[in-house]
Amino acid sequence: MKPHKLPDLKGHFGKFGGKYVIETLMPALEQLERVYEEAKNDPQFQKDLNYYLKHYVGRPTALYFAERLTEHLGGAKIYLKREDLTHTGAHKINNTIGSALLAMRMGKKRVIAETGAGQHGVATATAASLFGLECDVFMGEEDMRRQALNVFRMKLLGANVIPVTAGTRTLKDATSEAIRNWITTVESTHYIIGSVVGPHPYPMIVRDFQKIIGEESTEQILEVEGRLPNTCVACVGGGSNSMGLFYPFLEKEEVNLVGVEAAGLGLDTDKHGASLTKGSTGVLHGMMSYLLHEEDGQVTEAHSISAGLDYPGVGCEHSYLRESGRAKYVTITDEEAMGGFKLLSHKEGIIPALESSHAIAHVMKIAPTMKKDEIILVCLSGRGDKDVNQVADRMGVSL
Amino acid sequence: MSRIQDRFNSLNGNKALVAFFTAGDPDLSASKEIFSVIEKSGADLIEIGVPFSDPLADGPIIQASSHRSLQNKTTLKKIIELVKDIRSESELPIVLMSSFNPIFVYGQKAFVEDAVKAGVDGVILPDLPPEEAEEFLGYANEKKLDMIFLLAPTSTPERIERIGELSKGFIYYVSLTGTTGTQSALSKNLEEKVTEIKSKVQLPVLVGFGISGPEQAQEAAQCSDGVIIGSAIVKLIESHSDPVERNRNIADFVSGIKKSLTNCS
Repeated sequence: MKPHKLPDLKGHFGKFGGKYVIETLMPALEQLERVYEEAKNDPQFQKDLNYYLKHYVGRPTALYFAERLTEHLGGAKIYLKREDLTHTGAHKINNTIGSALLAMRMGKKRVIAETGAGQHGVATATAASLFGLECDVFMGEEDMRRQALNVFRMKLLGANVIPVTAGTRTLKDATSEAIRNWITTVESTHYIIGSVVGPHPYPMIVRDFQKIIGEESTEQILEVEGRLPNTCVACVGGGSNSMGLFYPFLEKEEVNLVGVEAAGLGLDTDKHGASLTKGSTGVLHGMMSYLLHEEDGQVTEAHSISAGLDYPGVGCEHSYLRESGRAKYVTITDEEAMGGFKLLSHKEGIIPALESSHAIAHVMKIAPTMKKDEIILVCLSGRGDKDVNQVADRMGVSL
Repeated sequence: MSRIQDRFNSLNGNKALVAFFTAGDPDLSASKEIFSVIEKSGADLIEIGVPFSDPLADGPIIQASSHRSLQNKTTLKKIIELVKDIRSESELPIVLMSSFNPIFVYGQKAFVEDAVKAGVDGVILPDLPPEEAEEFLGYANEKKLDMIFLLAPTSTPERIERIGELSKGFIYYVSLTGTTGTQSALSKNLEEKVTEIKSKVQLPVLVGFGISGPEQAQEAAQCSDGVIIGSAIVKLIESHSDPVERNRNIADFVSGIKKSLTNCS
C-alpha cells in the first residue's frame, strides 16, 4: 500500500481540498499553516496539549467490548470507541483544545465557531472558557430551535450564540456566516472550524487533532485482541470523527474503513445528507470536495434527523478516500438511525448521539453477516442526551 | 487590445467608475434595462454579478439580491445570453463577478469560450485565488479573457507582486477587511496601501467593497485609478419596485458619483 502523505504542500488531496477563499483570508491561512507547523514540532506544545487531553478531556477514552450487542446481533465482535465519555460528551473537544492553544500561540484573543448540533459550539465555548478567550458561536436559527439545550450550555459557558437567519438556517449557513465574520475580524480572531472541512490547512489540522481516536483504538484493540479490527465504522457529516478514526489505519490495508452518511428520508428523495453517495465535485466553504448541488452549481439543502450530519458538503480527504477506494461510504436513513439509537440504549445502557446512531445502525446490518471471530470497531462519537427531547417528540412522547 | 485596457487608456488620467449589479434581480429583462441606465449615466465598466446560494464575500445586501435572483431561476447560461444580447447594442467593457462553483460546474473551458463569444471581457472570481487558478488562467489567457484578481488590506508584499503579475485589466483592491457593502467609513490606511500597490504593479488599481456615496468615491479615487460601486446600486434596485422610479434613482446616483470623480482628477 502506498503511504498516505497528504495533503501536498498546496493543501490538496488529489484534486480535492485547496484554498478557495477571498484574498483577505489568504495571509491568515498562511500564518495558520506556519504556526501549526511550528507547534507540531514543538515539544512544549505537544506537552500542553497532552496535559489538557488527559486531565481535562479525560483521555484516553475507553474501548469497550459491547458484549450484549454482539450477542444480540450474533456475528462479529463489536467494540465501541467511547468518545461519548469525553468532557462535553463528544469527540469535538479533541480539536477545540488543540485549536484554542493554536489561537493563543498566534496571539489571538477571540475565537469563533460554527455549529450544527451544538456539540462543536459547546466544545469551542468550553475551550474558550478554559483559556479565557472571547467566543462567538454562529448557529442556524432552525438548529437553535432543535438544540435549545446546547444553546443554553454555550451561554452558561460564557459564549455569545449568534443566530443565523440566512438560507436554510442550518449548519451550511452558520458556516458561511462564520467565514464572513472571520473575513471581517481576521486580524484579531481565530476561526475554529468544527470538522475536516474548509480551506487548507483546516482539514489537515482538524484531522491531526482527531487522529488520537484511531491511535488510541489501535493500541487498545491490540492489547485486548492482539490484532487489528477487520472493519472500522464511523458516521460522516463533515467527517471529523471518522477521519480521526480512519487516519491511523489508512496504511493498514487489511482493515476495512466504512463511513456512514445520512440518507435522511431516503436517497430517492431530496431530503438526505449523502454528499459522497449522491453528490458530485464542487467548491464550497473554501475547499473542493463532494457536494450536494444543482446542475447550475447552486448548493442544495441537506436533511438529516441529526443536526450534525445535516450538511451538503463533506471533508475533502473523505472525497479523496472515496475516489481512491481506500474507504467505502454507505448510508443510513433517519428511521434506521432511530433503530440504532434504541438498540444501543436497550442492550448496553449507552444512549448514543443521533449522529453516532447512524454508525450503530450500519453495524446492525453488517455484524450478523460476519464471522464470530471477526472484529468491528465503531466510533461512538457522542452521547445522546442532547437528542432526547427530539427522540421523545418523534416517538410521540410528551415530556 | 482588450476593451478593458482600451477604456482605461482612453480615460486620460480621469478616474474610472465601475458599477455592479446582480443579474436577474429583479429579473433578467430588468437587468438589461439597468445596464443601459448605468451605461448612459457615465460608468466606464459594468460588473454583472452571477448569483450564488452561498456568497461568502458578500454582505447582507448582495446576499439578498443573489437570493432574489435565484428565486427567479437565474442561471449562468442565461446570464451569458444576457451579455450577448447587451453586446449587440453596447461596446462598454463587461466583467462577470461570480463565486467559483457555478463556473466549475459549467465547465471552466466551456465557460471561458462561451463568455468570450458572448462578449464578456473579464471575470472576477473572489474565491479563486492564484493558488487555485492555474487551470482557469490557462483557458482565460488563451482566449484573452481578462482575469482580474483581488488584493486586500491584509495582502503581504510578496502576494502584491505575484498577483500584480498575474492579474489582467486592473487590480480590484478590497478597501475593507470585511464583506461587501458593510462599512460606512473608508479605512485609515487606504492611501498607504494603494500607494504601496501602485509602486509594485503596472495595472490600474480600483477600490471597491466599502464605497457607498460620492464623498467616499472622491476620497478613494484621490489615491487610486477609480472606484467600484456595488451594494449601493443593488440597494436602489431592492427598494424601488416601480421600474421608472428605480431607473431614475440609479441614473441620479451613478451620475452623481461620476461627477464627484470628475472633480477629483
